[in-house]
Amino acid sequence: MTVQDVLSQFNEIFIDVLDDEDIKLNLETTADDVEEWDSLSHIQLIVAIENKYDIRFTASEMESYRNVGEMCNGILNKLAAKV
Amino acid sequence: MILPTFQKLKKNLKKKDNAPKKQLKLAILGDSATQLVGTAIRGYGLEKGFDIEIYESDYDRIEPEIIDPTSGLYTFQPDIILLFHSTEKLQINFLKQKAERKSSFAIEHLASIEQYLAILNERLTAKVILSNYPVQPDEVFGNFALKTASSFRYQLAKINYNLLELSQDKGNVFLLDLEALQSYVGYQNRIDQRFYTQASLVLSLDFLPVFAARIMDIIGAITGAALRKCLILDLDNTTWGGIIGDDGVDKILVGNIKGGKPFTQLQKWAKELKKRGIILCICSKNTESVAKVPFEKHPEMVLRLEDISVFVANWENKADNIRHIQSVLNIGFDSMVFVDDNPMERDLVRSELPSVTVPELPKDPASYMAYLRGLNLFETATVSAEDASRTKKYQEEAKRVSSKMQFKSIDTYLESLEMVADIQSFNPFSIPRIAQLTQRSNQFNLRTVRYTEDQVKAIIESSSHTSLQIRLLDKFGDYGIISLIIGEIQDNERLFIDSWIMSCRVLKRGVEQLVLDQIVALAKEKQLKMVVGEYLPTPKNKLVEEHYKNLGFQQNGQLWELEVTSYTPNSKHIAILENEINS
Repeated sequence: MTVQDVLSQFNEIFIDVLDDEDIKLNLETTADDVEEWDSLSHIQLIVAIENKYDIRFTASEMESYRNVGEMCNGILNKLAAKV
Repeated sequence: MILPTFQKLKKNLKKKDNAPKKQLKLAILGDSATQLVGTAIRGYGLEKGFDIEIYESDYDRIEPEIIDPTSGLYTFQPDIILLFHSTEKLQINFLKQKAERKSSFAIEHLASIEQYLAILNERLTAKVILSNYPVQPDEVFGNFALKTASSFRYQLAKINYNLLELSQDKGNVFLLDLEALQSYVGYQNRIDQRFYTQASLVLSLDFLPVFAARIMDIIGAITGAALRKCLILDLDNTTWGGIIGDDGVDKILVGNIKGGKPFTQLQKWAKELKKRGIILCICSKNTESVAKVPFEKHPEMVLRLEDISVFVANWENKADNIRHIQSVLNIGFDSMVFVDDNPMERDLVRSELPSVTVPELPKDPASYMAYLRGLNLFETATVSAEDASRTKKYQEEAKRVSSKMQFKSIDTYLESLEMVADIQSFNPFSIPRIAQLTQRSNQFNLRTVRYTEDQVKAIIESSSHTSLQIRLLDKFGDYGIISLIIGEIQDNERLFIDSWIMSCRVLKRGVEQLVLDQIVALAKEKQLKMVVGEYLPTPKNKLVEEHYKNLGFQQNGQLWELEVTSYTPNSKHIAILENEINS
């Protein structure tokens, strides 16, 4: 799986969780760029992503990601570590 | 009834829905972040026919909201207030106390709650839902905390107990048993520590729907809008283990026999509900006289006929039978709970009567009660003496109402099952199942001839015999071989049906019709003129007394005859998977 694959799956999760069909994520997207992405919906996004990939973030990991690209890479690292 | 996810509840808020709803104003006063709690309750309320307007106090502002008469709480004028202190915040406050005050922490906290309730009662007519506190192991004193008055665990236990005492004389205060709810789902599932430390959420996303459901149970009960009053039980493999029509009263599982305990537990539960005033009914696919025998004769049955208000045992579809029960009792479908082990029956009732609560009973009977206990099906806001006499009243009513039932066409429903039949003649692999069916089937069995495996093998090899085995599949799964035919060719012109057996699980689904089509096709292929059937009555096969008559056979003495040439196939709803009948 590439970063682009994760990104497109992310996009679907964001559309579903934030209930907004128009969301178009790129690797540089941050919470400031998406209107519905606040601290509470962030938690829902995290849980949805964890369920999708069967992984778990630590509290500090969640805080360290500064944009969507870093999150995607975080997931790829976690998936790689699982195998 | 499967709880929606938090995500689904949240989406309910945006959904356009014009159905009339009960309006209600709920104020949530909490010392944790409660926005998601409000979202979950509002979302769940919408599913239950409530349009709940939510007011939330600012974070951790319970006391000022209550004390200040000009606060947003009083402007909002709620119907119901949820007062939700968290164990987590309580512990923070506890740890701030000086050593000598720790032992009186509970008393002081309870005094402040008492004061809040008094003020609310003075200024508002709202009812108050007060949550108790989920408990956790004591990380300082260990088990010895229970003997140590200055431990948090000790003070927490004291608070929880005294909340019960405190609420006794307050008619407008209702307790939410969050302590028991957490012990059911587990501490680690109730709270996600990451989101607690980051965002002060004390309820995990997966727990929020459970929490919202319990709050709505209480709201439904205190507003009287959603009280469940009636428990309808299936019999075979729900009220007892096994099939009464096949196994007989001495073989069903209930009581101390191995495997009987889960069913005894369920019956004891039903009996206690009945004592509390819940109406018990039976809705079973059975011959009524057979179905009643355990209630009359089995020494270990907990439930007896006098516990049952309406007893419906027949071979009609269960949605219609529940409609009948409803017309006798004259209560809403939304006050009924239907418990049945068969997923197909549950689905039928759910699709035809969506207001009836239909628990998704686990497959293993050992888990029945643990599962049902978690659903909180019979919430109430009062318990009265009159409740206990209710059963008798409805039994009398049941006698008055004629048992004439209105049956709707269920063609659409049968179509939706996507049934497929796999029809073959017997083969070496099916011999054990065929022999077992002939040995064990009593109800849908026209001549009740028993065969051993060797005898089945002989039939396969016999040139004067022919056979059919029918395996049924539908969208719920594979039922395996559920029907069989053994035919004997007589005088080169008649096909005599030596055995016609079917499992009662698939009754009223058009399988009989399909099988007859196949029998006639087989007779045609063998250039026979007539299909001949016979019904030999036993104490257990009254169900099929009129079988041949219903299928259009003509009576000729003891036998029933059907002309092959004038027959037109008319099976509906079941597709045929593989039609290679070799014989």
